[in-house]
Amino acid sequence: MARAATTTDAFNAVAEPRRRLIVELLGEGERSVNEIVDAMSAPQPQVSKHLKVLKEVGVVSSRKDGRQRLYRLDANALRPIHDWVSEFEAMWSDRLDRLDTYLDEVKRKEQP
Amino acid sequence: MKTTIDRSGSARVTLPSDTEILIERDFDAPAELLFAVWTDPEHVRNWWGFPDHPMIVCEIDLRVGGSWRYVVEHPDAGAIGWHGIYREIERPGRLVSTEVFEGYPDGESLNYLTLAERDGVTTMSVRVVHQTKENRDGHVNSGMEGGMQVSLNRIDEILASLQGDAE
Repeated sequence: MARAATTTDAFNAVAEPRRRLIVELLGEGERSVNEIVDAMSAPQPQVSKHLKVLKEVGVVSSRKDGRQRLYRLDANALRPIHDWVSEFEAMWSDRLDRLDTYLDEVKRKEQP
Repeated sequence: MKTTIDRSGSARVTLPSDTEILIERDFDAPAELLFAVWTDPEHVRNWWGFPDHPMIVCEIDLRVGGSWRYVVEHPDAGAIGWHGIYREIERPGRLVSTEVFEGYPDGESLNYLTLAERDGVTTMSVRVVHQTKENRDGHVNSGMEGGMQVSLNRIDEILASLQGDAE
């Protein structure tokens, strides 16, 4: 399935449901690949592929700990998404403020 | 006469589940008036567009099975449209309609408007429910002009919980 630019930014990276599961899991703390595989009941190659995408956009980082590699979430890479939700909220807030102002006008017209 | 409360900026947006978004706000007006202002095109034209995104199409056929279509003119992106079908109409407390963002025609959501009036204050809630994971995922990428589609679930919470670590 053609899906352009999945690796270009955090938005695209977390648009994939399995990757979002990984993000949620790592939100609870650092995890090894095996722990992620177990938690997701997904085959390891698939999990590794998703981790690679998340790493490329900086949503996760990893470090070596003995023989295993541990993954953790990098909150700053999620900031554009957080900002987007805030913008969305601001858009609705402005729209409903204008509705409110308009309601006042309508009420004034109805009760001269 | 009651004191008017300044409610500007009081809309709340939350992401209650993986497929939903919830927008809530209180208004000092009866539900009947809010319902009229929400569903009569002569009213909607006065508030739905933005100062730099004027509304150029506002069609509302307020019957079960009737359709609606809104188009705003964006200074950079050109015309941006949304349309849907009314599914349930229980004036003035409830309105259920489908919504398709025309930039993402395969992604249809179901929107539930409820207006609950109490002591002259009406609480509006708009709950947007996505139909499939695919649509939901597509809408993540459609940007803010996708209007009411967002599916970021717990990311906002996670981010909030991690802010301490990151800064």
